Amino acid sequence: MSAARVGVVTFPGTLDDQDAAKAVHLVGAQAVPLWHADHDLKGVDAVFLPGGFSYGDYLRCGAISRFAPLMDELIPAARAGLPVLGTCNGFQILCEAHLLPGALTRNASLHYVCRDQPLRVERNTTAWTSSFGEGQEIVLPIKHGEGRYVASADTIAELEAAGRVVVRYVGNPNGSTNDIAGITNEAGNVVGLMPHPEHAVEELVGAPSTDGRLFFSSILKKLVNA
Amino acid sequence: MARVIVDVMLKPEILDPQGQAIARALPRLGFGGVSEVRQGKRFEIELDGPADETALAEVRKMAETLLANTVIEDYSVRVEG
Repeated sequence: MSAARVGVVTFPGTLDDQDAAKAVHLVGAQAVPLWHADHDLKGVDAVFLPGGFSYGDYLRCGAISRFAPLMDELIPAARAGLPVLGTCNGFQILCEAHLLPGALTRNASLHYVCRDQPLRVERNTTAWTSSFGEGQEIVLPIKHGEGRYVASADTIAELEAAGRVVVRYVGNPNGSTNDIAGITNEAGNVVGLMPHPEHAVEELVGAPSTDGRLFFSSILKKLVNA
Repeated sequence: MARVIVDVMLKPEILDPQGQAIARALPRLGFGGVSEVRQGKRFEIELDGPADETALAEVRKMAETLLANTVIEDYSVRVEG
């Protein structure tokens, strides 16, 4: 069969699309560039929503991107089971699009945080985390000013009870409720997290680990076995 | 022509670190007697026509759809007169 095709979306102001495409390539999948203004998912098998400052973060992070033409295609496709991973600004967009519950707002410290962040993988049964061991501790870069995960008390209780917290900070960098770094939807095909797996795939560039690769190998494994 | 104001505020239960930073700065500047500050956004919407009930319903829909994220924010709509 031909290589699994993972779409990488570029909005105006996206920064991490090239790293994401590289990471997709490194695990043996084909990266397919997707443009925010197109009504076209190009028949991809999965979608990566990278980080950056789409539409300048105007109004709220992800608030404008959520209405991009591409999102008109992506939102129903994700609801129908298409695997989607959003990191950083991508996570913010998924929350604004209501594909994931809650919201990401200003870090409690008000400081932009840029560091190598220890994390614990709490759930390894999503489309994007199956290559991890349960409870595996990893290190990924974080770089955000608005990464504090908040949601209503009911939503937090529901996420915790259903095991939908995918990644948790070990040492909370931004004041996120319950140290939540990443979550999934009910079906486990849509995952959002603030840390950056796509920046932790090659030691050559000074990444703190290559733990990020396992997000990409997870999706490849799922697509090849599908 | 009418102007409609939409105020958007973080819900009371959501921590507002920007408001807190302002509250901490005020005493340093000699302003006393402030127990709390919360920061929000104000949108001024200029309508082509009058601010009748139909137009206001449309503005409320704008607020729900785009201006506010109702997961973490409340909004209020009023006509500036």
